[in-house]
Amino acid sequence: MTSESVAVIATEKLSREFGRRRAVDDVTLSVDAGSTFALFGPNGAGKTTLLRILAGLLKPTSGTARIGDVSLPGGPAVRRRVGVISHHSLLYEALTARENVEFTAKLYGVSDFRGASERALDRMKILDRADAPVRSLSRGLKQRVSVARATVHDPEVILADEPFTGLDLLGAAALSDLLNSLRERGAAVILVTHNVEEGLSLATHAAIMDRGRILEVEIRSRINGASFGERYRQLVSQSE
Amino acid sequence: MSDTASWSRKVSEVFRDAWLIARKDLAIEFRTRSAFLSAVVFALLGIVIFYFAWDASAVSAIDLAPGVLWVIFTFSGMLGMHRSFGVEQPDRGIDGLLASPVARESIFLGKAFANLVFVVAVQTVAIPSVALFYGLPLGPVTLPLAGIALLAAIGLVSVGTLFSAMAVNTRLAELLLPMLSLPFFVPIVIPAAQATAKLMSGRPVGDAAPWLKLLLAFDLVFVVACTLAYPFTLEE
Repeated sequence: MTSESVAVIATEKLSREFGRRRAVDDVTLSVDAGSTFALFGPNGAGKTTLLRILAGLLKPTSGTARIGDVSLPGGPAVRRRVGVISHHSLLYEALTARENVEFTAKLYGVSDFRGASERALDRMKILDRADAPVRSLSRGLKQRVSVARATVHDPEVILADEPFTGLDLLGAAALSDLLNSLRERGAAVILVTHNVEEGLSLATHAAIMDRGRILEVEIRSRINGASFGERYRQLVSQSE
Repeated sequence: MSDTASWSRKVSEVFRDAWLIARKDLAIEFRTRSAFLSAVVFALLGIVIFYFAWDASAVSAIDLAPGVLWVIFTFSGMLGMHRSFGVEQPDRGIDGLLASPVARESIFLGKAFANLVFVVAVQTVAIPSVALFYGLPLGPVTLPLAGIALLAAIGLVSVGTLFSAMAVNTRLAELLLPMLSLPFFVPIVIPAAQATAKLMSGRPVGDAAPWLKLLLAFDLVFVVACTLAYPFTLEE
């Protein structure tokens, strides 16, 4: 982004094919420490595939991606630095919210896993339901637990795929506060969303992706929200 | 840090994480009990059906029981193995495991260990039930028989866990798992059944030793090969 800044996430001509279809096509981007990169795009644009590559869940067909100094898919040391908020909750319904978050904290080697889980659940305003089985929670409450789970180890990189889905006003506000505070502490965030207003309110940079390609990237301060939103809406209506 | 110390730290981390994953799987099974109850009911029904289909004047209980026991173990165990990666599917818990810093081998070993506990629990119900139905005196052979059951269970869960991981993302997982696993179960089930038959017919444990060595060899091969093969099943 700027020449002095440090790109925590960087991709170079990254592509991923599924059979003949190119889900991600020649994507080059970089996200610095302490910035939030909002990625907009219609369904099927390749946003989730891009995040899955960055999370180490998919291998690219060509090109490179790196987190810090390490090329992906990397190893445990890289995965330890990343927090993934997915379409899916990544939770176990038979376990309680607390057990899910503590399990994740242990997987990431968090020494004070109880304290860290408590804080993560509290940040997402779900501590009062911490001992309820996840299966008994509503969609929105599950999403709060899912965010707590993804951030319990205070990751340096957050890959958030539609993290606001299902959240009520309180949950959405808690998530916005959390993403902002992580960014202020130096985390690099990639935020995939369809909600332009919400995305731009958190972003330091914004991009539009379609058919696997990044069409435009802009610094937030240079973006006119109304015209950016209009371009995005036009793109979505064309792709439908 | 020396290479040896670093290697031993990595190995202990692999087992620590595997234990964490196994505990999680066992906690889920303990709360739902869905697979365990299905497997126990399946095992008991199988024993009852074999019992009523048995012509005691044509085949002695000593000859029939080992075969019944191992058919029951094989198929009831498969119910647990199918569940093993099935619990990861509804909310893609497996993505959470794969995105975490745990080694892929830990995921496999954790799943396999939970499956081992599951199969041993089913065996604990099934072995006395077979003894009861076929009037077999288990007393003197209980310990060696438990050893054979454990050795065989290790081989079965290694293969079953690997194929469960491969089959879980397919539409025909319930069909694919037995189709893939059963041919690989044969080298485990044959020595286990032969060793069981020798013990049940009152022969000394030493007579079963060659079969037990074969069983141990296949256990080692399957545990190592399946653990190393598991990461390759994750490629998309």
